[in-house]
Amino acid sequence: MKQIFALLSGLIFGIGLIVSGMADPAKVLNFLDVFGTWDPSLAFVMGGAIAVTAPGFAWLFRSRQTPYFDSTFRVPTRNDLEPKLLTGAAIFGIGWGLGGFCPGPALTALPLASSGTLIFVPFMLGGMWIARHTPDLTPKTKEGTA
Amino acid sequence: METEFTPWLSLGGGAMIGASAVLLMATNGRIAGISGLTSRLFARSSDGEARGVSFFFVLGLLLAAPLWLIVSGNWPQQWVPSNPLLMAVAGLLVGFGATYGNGCTSGHGVCGISRGSARSIVATVTFMATAFVTVFVMRHVLGA
Repeated sequence: MKQIFALLSGLIFGIGLIVSGMADPAKVLNFLDVFGTWDPSLAFVMGGAIAVTAPGFAWLFRSRQTPYFDSTFRVPTRNDLEPKLLTGAAIFGIGWGLGGFCPGPALTALPLASSGTLIFVPFMLGGMWIARHTPDLTPKTKEGTA
Repeated sequence: METEFTPWLSLGGGAMIGASAVLLMATNGRIAGISGLTSRLFARSSDGEARGVSFFFVLGLLLAAPLWLIVSGNWPQQWVPSNPLLMAVAGLLVGFGATYGNGCTSGHGVCGISRGSARSIVATVTFMATAFVTVFVMRHVLGA
């Protein structure tokens, strides 16, 4: 059951990315180009997503102790701002600005098989693999995952 | 290249992304963070159950565009940069940075901000800032 809902969640997420225009790097790059061909649409994508997720999560955590098909809500508990978080985010942003793809849209666009996507996705997966196998070089305060 | 401003479609698509995040949390108890879910497929220590959820979520993402084609008769419209070196570097930085920084646009930008997480707010401001600067440099300084 949980696998079916995971599949359904991914499908809805992907359709949302397509409908919103976020699966199109041209729109993403134009959102980031305030001093050029600016397209503010992306702000509405984030706004629409947060407008549903924030009250949705609040309602969920208030009304239920556990998820429907699992034993715990796995919510990150860390609140420290360590260098690793900022370094990773900064590097991610540079890549996002270069290609116009973040991970969700890149995977959603993969079946369209544009030459740029077919190069981007394997390198993205490679980058993820490297990061997963890179030891944390910064001092740790406490263990946790996001 | 100009793109059309689409406030209503973007808002509606964004709401679907939010609904997906709530659905995954309600049924599986997991954050709909794409970099986290995807990179877990390569994790050394991850348990099989977590990997299974990741696998099915990513499979759903991959099926979205084909479903769109079946229903509408057309692939979704898009323009993707085609410079192979640029896309290779971009992919590497996105994959590494998002995983190293514990999240991307979905995990930090949507789910994290929705939970009021200070880490996610700082991460989102950081990657937005470097992305804006990168596009500015590429388009207005280097003229690419």
